[in-house]
Amino acid sequence: MISNIIKKEFKELFVVSTLIPIVVIAIVYGSVGNMIGNIGETMKEKPVIGIVDMDDGSLSDVAMSVLSGNAKVVYDSSDAEEGLEQVRKENGVALLAISEDFSQSIYANQPGEIEIYWVMRGAGMMDSISSGTVEGLIQAVNQGISTKLIQEDSSFDPALVLAPTKRVETTFFKGKEIEGVSPGALGNMLMSQSIVIPIVIMMLIIMAGSSVISSMGLEKENKTLETLLTLPVRRSHIVIGKMVGSALVGMIMAAIYMIGFSRYMSSFQSLDMDLANFGLALGMQDYLLVGASLFTALLAGLSLCIVLGTFAKNYRSAQALIFPITAVALISAFIVMFKDFDTIPAVLRILVFAIPFTHPMMAMRSLMLDNYALVIGGIAYTAVFTVVMVGVAVRIFNSDRLLTGSVRKMVGPGRLAWGFRRR
Amino acid sequence: MKAVEVRQLVKDYGSFRALKGISFEVNEGEIFGLIGPNGAGKTTALRTIATLLQITSGSITVFGYELPKEAAEVRKIISYLPEEAGAYKNLTGMEYLNFIAKFFGDGRKLQNMVRRGVDIANLGERINDKVDTYSKGMARRLLVGRALMVNPKLAILDEPTSGLDVINAQEVRRIISSSVEAGVAALLSSHNMLEVELLCHRIALINDGIIVASGTAAELKNKYDAGNIEEAFVKAIK
Repeated sequence: MISNIIKKEFKELFVVSTLIPIVVIAIVYGSVGNMIGNIGETMKEKPVIGIVDMDDGSLSDVAMSVLSGNAKVVYDSSDAEEGLEQVRKENGVALLAISEDFSQSIYANQPGEIEIYWVMRGAGMMDSISSGTVEGLIQAVNQGISTKLIQEDSSFDPALVLAPTKRVETTFFKGKEIEGVSPGALGNMLMSQSIVIPIVIMMLIIMAGSSVISSMGLEKENKTLETLLTLPVRRSHIVIGKMVGSALVGMIMAAIYMIGFSRYMSSFQSLDMDLANFGLALGMQDYLLVGASLFTALLAGLSLCIVLGTFAKNYRSAQALIFPITAVALISAFIVMFKDFDTIPAVLRILVFAIPFTHPMMAMRSLMLDNYALVIGGIAYTAVFTVVMVGVAVRIFNSDRLLTGSVRKMVGPGRLAWGFRRR
Repeated sequence: MKAVEVRQLVKDYGSFRALKGISFEVNEGEIFGLIGPNGAGKTTALRTIATLLQITSGSITVFGYELPKEAAEVRKIISYLPEEAGAYKNLTGMEYLNFIAKFFGDGRKLQNMVRRGVDIANLGERINDKVDTYSKGMARRLLVGRALMVNPKLAILDEPTSGLDVINAQEVRRIISSSVEAGVAALLSSHNMLEVELLCHRIALINDGIIVASGTAAELKNKYDAGNIEEAFVKAIK
């Protein structure tokens, strides 16, 4: 008996319409994963660096030996500017400049100075992996020097032996020169832009999107749609009314969700630095652009949802239609979290740009780095996307599609009631 | 002026032809019934006149307004009651009537419409309860109230008493009759031939997307030498 019920449930639930979204999403995730690359492989790769060694002492030889053995050195000479240019050209991570009195200072019980010029390309979580491997190299340099110091003489200050070098860091990030900050620290400062904002927007899109799709499903299930469509109101007003109503519900739901989530995320932010000190603060005009980006993306998402909602036969099928929106919003959020727009492959960049939800996710970070073209271009694109989708939705609302299904086949006279599928 | 003029109306769903060139007229102040079996094309005809479906070929005018060109004007003067219509379950009956009335007017006009809807629905205190708690008969009465409260020039009623018990069905028929007396033209469909005979001034018999006969109940019975409309229909489609 139970097997009979299981068989019936399986047949009812395991249908092509439920499988297609899962298969499509699996393919999309797989493709995105391949395009982004593998964290493990990135970590195994030798970092590309340049070295400017101005010291001719024995301790800089130790440093040079460690660095050239564990990194791909694309510049090894004495001109820092030339070296930095070469590192940039070779897609390198950093230029390490060993000071003139490096060995002499250490032997005088003072830490030797290494100037690090970081070339940071993106603020995504995966963009800082290669700078992390250089951090590891510097630790190896310290270990090498410590070993040599202990072998040569045990009377050195233990504190010096444990930390024989000191770093002076400058990070070059998208045309900005930020002194005293490593890419890791900068990434931490931008964490709210990298993680919190994508998740807020993802939740907003999912919540508002599910409201509008469910509303379409409920209209059909409760048989209220036909009445609505015969009332003296423009189809475009019905579409816009549904979008705005759902946006309000979605915003309230996302706000409730985010109160808890922001408290959770704040526990991860270890550094309390003021972004304004590094020229990364946003002005009023920037916030207006972020607002415009968010507003247009929300409308774009909702207009897409309302088009999808027209396919809903009832509340249950509406729930299944939310899945593609959720998946696309998740993909957008993950890409923005892990990678910067400028550091992803061209194909993925096109995909990211085409998804309207990614634009507000990237907007704050882009504006901090004065990338106005990307933000304004994104707003223009999402506005056009919205207009097109609203047009498609109004067209569907004006057609028979909402009320009638596709023709299956002619079954001959006398059996007309079964000749087409009612929705 | 004719309330409705349908000329050679054809409606296709893909390669399936649901209406095969039907023609009929509805006069002002009359109840016109489309009767036929399930799948005959009644609902398709009503939905097309109610501006919900596109016309494949032929023409429809409602009080002189041509479809689909003047669909917006038509929607201002019609009221459509679908066969299995529902109301928004999270609204009370009163909120639902208010929601609909706001599309047709405001201020005193709106208040009068809602009052009329409440009177027609005749749900007593339950009008302030959520629609979700209504029985099928109560929900249908609310929807009939909704359809007729706006004083439409044409009420399009698809199986208005479908699924109702005898008492509720009789009450709905009484409401429709009294609305027509007040000046509303009504176009209704039914597969309940007795109901149509009782309610309609004129009738069209539809089968397989074709109107096979039309006239008053007496004319049709006379024409087919039948004791009732059901018998006339069976003879007409032979």
